[in-house]
Amino acid sequence: MASKTVAAKDIITLHGSAAIVSEFFCYAANSILYNRAVYPEESFVKVKKYGLPMLLIEDESVKSFMSNLTSQISEWLEAGKLQRVVLVIMSKATGEVLERWNFRIETDNEVVDKGVSREKSDKEIMREIQAIMRQVASSVTYLPCLDETCVFDVLAYTDTDVAVPFTWVESDPKLIANPQMVKLHGFDTKIHKVDTLVSYKNDEWDEEE
Amino acid sequence: MDAGLNRCPLQEHFLPRKSSKENLDRFIPNRSAMDFDYAHFALTEGRKGNDQASAVSSPSKEAYRKQLAETMNLNHTRILAFRNKPQAPVELLPSNHSSSLHQQPKSVKPRRYIPQTSERTLDAPDIVDDFYLNLLDWGSANVLAIALGLTVYLWDASTGSTSELVTIDEEKGPVTSINWAPDGRHVAVGLNNSEVQLWDSASNRQLRTLKGGHQSRVGSLAWNNHILTTGGMDGLIINNDVRIRSPIVETYRGHTQEVCGLKWSGSGQQLASGGNDNVVHIWDRSVASSNSTTQWLHRLEEHTSAVKALAWCPFQANLLATGGGGGDRTIKFWNTHTGACLNSVDTGSQVCSLLWSKNERELLSSHGFTQNQLTLWKYPSMVKMAELTGHTSRVLYMAQSPDGCTVASAAGDETLRFWNVFGVPETAKKAAPKTVSEPFSHVNRIR
Repeated sequence: MASKTVAAKDIITLHGSAAIVSEFFCYAANSILYNRAVYPEESFVKVKKYGLPMLLIEDESVKSFMSNLTSQISEWLEAGKLQRVVLVIMSKATGEVLERWNFRIETDNEVVDKGVSREKSDKEIMREIQAIMRQVASSVTYLPCLDETCVFDVLAYTDTDVAVPFTWVESDPKLIANPQMVKLHGFDTKIHKVDTLVSYKNDEWDEEE
Repeated sequence: MDAGLNRCPLQEHFLPRKSSKENLDRFIPNRSAMDFDYAHFALTEGRKGNDQASAVSSPSKEAYRKQLAETMNLNHTRILAFRNKPQAPVELLPSNHSSSLHQQPKSVKPRRYIPQTSERTLDAPDIVDDFYLNLLDWGSANVLAIALGLTVYLWDASTGSTSELVTIDEEKGPVTSINWAPDGRHVAVGLNNSEVQLWDSASNRQLRTLKGGHQSRVGSLAWNNHILTTGGMDGLIINNDVRIRSPIVETYRGHTQEVCGLKWSGSGQQLASGGNDNVVHIWDRSVASSNSTTQWLHRLEEHTSAVKALAWCPFQANLLATGGGGGDRTIKFWNTHTGACLNSVDTGSQVCSLLWSKNERELLSSHGFTQNQLTLWKYPSMVKMAELTGHTSRVLYMAQSPDGCTVASAAGDETLRFWNVFGVPETAKKAAPKTVSEPFSHVNRIR
């Protein structure tokens, strides 16, 4: 008799989950930079990831920034200290915050404390991440045009008792006043749960409600 | 003679001026110049045991924090940013934006900056505040002639020096019109007693007087090579050939009241005249004259007030712009070949004078009550490009510099103002050299 094969579950360790999340963040940030045209599209190169053509920036300074970021995020994730990661897009000229991409992270503390591992199908995680990536790409349709040159920055919200490496500094949250918020899909590795939210500055056109 | 003037005419007015360029300095923090180590140290010192991170607490942030704490069930968070920021993107041209939805429709020329204040202000004491007179003209030798009461002054624009050309006897004056000949050397001075004097500005000598043509004051003058056309309060327009003994060669009859506007077209083929009878006439030289009076080519009666402002378009043939006085307030455009009115624009204010730009497709009009402004219009859209204020009474007289960049305006407020409205002198294109046969170039004086 034919039986539905249950999707094979993989073991996810804390380390693995942290790697997945930080890698996700790297690709998501690249995707945001590409889609929001923070950097010109010529500076991006296509790679295959999550079953989608993902774009990674070639620029050396951005690449090293990203790699430093991801390694540190990974470290904090393993320590269970990371609460959220925020990618901020600001106007280069005025420094005004135009967009905030908010990746909220919920950590299963039991895993952190006791070192157990969880089970979840790799494929399913991939699919969830894929859905988020697609949503990021399609966000262009409703996000207001970024007409001016922009710069980006990444903020990490951590627990207060975390050891701050000297390469990181305290920052203000760079909030947007009266933002519009759109909640995107999230994904879950069973150890880390990531929610995505984008808040952006109200476009003047939307003033009349 | 000084005639008891309190001030010397054509002297510089030093007006308190706002700086033309505002310095909009804003403090933009420079991350690379900041000492993060110290800042970090300063921030974290004494932090041990503190629950709140040392962030500035504004109401929105507090609310945010509270919300965050609620959802996260934690009340301590630090926000960290990586120190070594990536290189900012290179300035992108709008056309490079992949997600740009706006297409630049056509290459837009950068809008030139039109100074909103006069570049220079000179005193013009005793200038006659009469709508129907034409007391200002700028000659091709870059010398400005202005009539203040009984005296004609010449202001050399290249040196800024003033000289007196002539002071008329009181019974003949005041001066009612002034106009440079095309050679920029000879100038015609129309008087209140109906005479017209012809002067040589180089030698400061009077060459001749035209008498007997008009019965009353000569308020408007226009040169066409060797022909000096005079317009009088009697409604007559007389073409005088200044070379011959009996100068009157032609008389145009048609106006029933004072002729206050008189302009020859660029080709010298057509003459536009505007009068206090609200009528604009177009006279054509090719129309044969019978009995020494010539029939007009067109009679344009659309204006409802005196027409003094007349200007022929330099870049389009047969196009004339006319402006109506206080009861009309419109600028009308005419095809002088067919006599059709092409456009009419309500300006809201008495139109005293009109000037076309030689460099761009723009028209400058000067106005009276209430703003006493000069308005720059884009042609043919008639969009207002600039409004220049400064005069405190109606701007009756306007003249354009020979290089086409500067406009001089004079008003009853006894000031003569210069505006760089048509462009900066260095960047203006050189006007096409006029092919004018110089009648006086080989002659030293007229008999």
